[in-house]
Amino acid sequence: MKPQSLFDKLWSRHIVAYETDEAPAVIYIDLHLIHEVTSPQAFAVLEERELKVRRPDRTFATLDHSTPTLPAASDGRRPFTTKEAEEQVAALIRNCDRHGVDLLRLGDPRRGIVHVIGPELGLTQPGKTIVCGDSHTSTHGAFGALAFGIGTTEVGHVLATQSLLQRKPKSMRVNFSGAVPRGVGAKDMALAFIAEIGADGGQGYAIEFAGEAIEALSIEGRMTLCNMSIEAGARVGIVAPDEKTFAWLEGRDFSPKGADWDRAVADWKGLATDEGAQFDRDLNIDVSNLKPMITFGVSPDAAAPVDGVAPDARTEIERLAAEYMRFTAGERFADASVDRVFIGSCTNSRLEDLRAAAEVMRGRKVKRGVVTLVVPGSEAVKRAAEAEGLDRIFIEAGAQWREPGCSMCIAMNGDKGTPGDLVVSTSNRNFVGRQGKDVRTVLASPATAAASAIEGKIADPRPYLQETDDAA
Amino acid sequence: MPLEPFSKLTSRTLVLAQENIDTDQIIPARFLTTTSREGLGKAAFYDWRYDENGRPKNSSLFNGVDPATHQILVGGPNFGCGSSREHAPWALLDFGFRVVISSDIADIFKSNSLKNGLLPVSVDEQTHRQLLAAPGALVTVDLEAERVSIDGAGETAFRIEPFARRCLLDGVDPLGRLLSQMPAIEEYEARHG
Ligand code: SF4
Repeated sequence: MKPQSLFDKLWSRHIVAYETDEAPAVIYIDLHLIHEVTSPQAFAVLEERELKVRRPDRTFATLDHSTPTLPAASDGRRPFTTKEAEEQVAALIRNCDRHGVDLLRLGDPRRGIVHVIGPELGLTQPGKTIVCGDSHTSTHGAFGALAFGIGTTEVGHVLATQSLLQRKPKSMRVNFSGAVPRGVGAKDMALAFIAEIGADGGQGYAIEFAGEAIEALSIEGRMTLCNMSIEAGARVGIVAPDEKTFAWLEGRDFSPKGADWDRAVADWKGLATDEGAQFDRDLNIDVSNLKPMITFGVSPDAAAPVDGVAPDARTEIERLAAEYMRFTAGERFADASVDRVFIGSCTNSRLEDLRAAAEVMRGRKVKRGVVTLVVPGSEAVKRAAEAEGLDRIFIEAGAQWREPGCSMCIAMNGDKGTPGDLVVSTSNRNFVGRQGKDVRTVLASPATAAASAIEGKIADPRPYLQETDDAA
Repeated sequence: MPLEPFSKLTSRTLVLAQENIDTDQIIPARFLTTTSREGLGKAAFYDWRYDENGRPKNSSLFNGVDPATHQILVGGPNFGCGSSREHAPWALLDFGFRVVISSDIADIFKSNSLKNGLLPVSVDEQTHRQLLAAPGALVTVDLEAERVSIDGAGETAFRIEPFARRCLLDGVDPLGRLLSQMPAIEEYEARHG
């Protein structure tokens, strides 16, 4: 048989009807994750057409995008920023109740950001097709699942038929060679990769991330990297499942149990790309000399090492971006004053991310005036972090420890910057106004964000880690 | 939801030359708390059109543009990147656009647009440059022939995924195709549990 890639295998396993010149393939969807923002209009269409949710058992809902991260008042009411946001949440509750879909409500100990809770609950598994009305659904690819974001009409299609019409994308393999230095992690790899191929470089491709640096990455790190695939224009980013994947999933709520588990693992082991499989594009990135990365523009591909200087604008567009970001060519990033720091989002809000930030913040103080939000990705992450005392480290440093949610990543729940603010953020998009009107976003890793909170300037985390190492 | 059929349109262009115009620009997140898909035109490019007090910006390219005569939006490369929000094509359609032209259009935005009757046209770079340089040009987009022409002059071919093209020409909801596959879907489920 012709050697197949991981992606080929995932694709062919889910074909209900083959693609022809006239029509796309019909692809079966194993797991459909939904949230409050992109689902109401899909449920409305379903009802207009008098259709039911075909597989409520394959549908799972959470509340995350517009939910407050401040605690409930004494009467139990949550501080929603607008009536519409509250109504949107109420609509999802109604829709899920009516259609028998499991929903993690506010107060549920399993609730969290959709791309954090899927893996955490073991809903995300190798070999599955997973979709969600959210472009960062690529996150689940870290487990060797075929996962991608869809629009609201397609959310309706999956609700009604558990299937989607799709053309098979092209394939790209990105090999990460070498070992990353201390203080450099998955977020830096992601930014370096996007800077390399451009914000549209992955358009039309499903990307497999492979190589020694990927094997060495933790599962959390792989999620961070796959999460950012969409910032290179690719809907799909995947990593072959391995022993780390299996160990991470074993025993989770929805993971197979007993003999089913053994069967599942045996099957998952066969998913890896076969020797000799062909890709439409192959790329290698050597990470041995990679430095912590930050973005300096208004597109995620405008990324550079944190210890560098703002580059010359080569085009009118770059000049406008530099003007918006207020970086002058030749200016050291380390000289830029920071107003806010956001540590959170489905890119970097898992336990490992919070540990990395805490390692830098431990025993130190956030620079006076720098508003620093630490927002865990889920209730489970929050509990685990508190059990380790990470919340104390953040609070003692002067940061705010919040309730789980998307928060300043999309800034639609009230958490946002004020006009002109420079925000160092562990989220995934530095678009104009994404974190509030006229807010300037600098994307970075949790360690870099934490170091920037302490210095009140864009800061390299490596000296802080060096101190920890020396003390050990 | 039947699609509004699209076959051929002649209209003037509004040109937004910037590259990477993301869906956060097309409709900022604060307008996403709606549970409806109606009336989003007022939110389209809101922060480009209005200042913090909600007053129209003098510098806005939208000033003096009549949506009825400018139904073709020409954007810089990588138009529609970012979030999967379908509110982006909903807002553009409600504003009055029927066509978006760029050298390359982001995947999810393209797919969302096609499902709502907004035609995403990717053209070669030369044609793109020509369009960017001629704001307000009279452009004809012919979906049946898959050709776009500028001011009656040069003509260029474009391609729309054949199934989506059929649906748009006929005004047919693609959900019908999936529903017609129900026996195959059931059979798949029987095989895979
Ligand atoms: S954290 Fe940000 S990117 Fe992730 S799901 Fe929420 S809004 Fe989307």
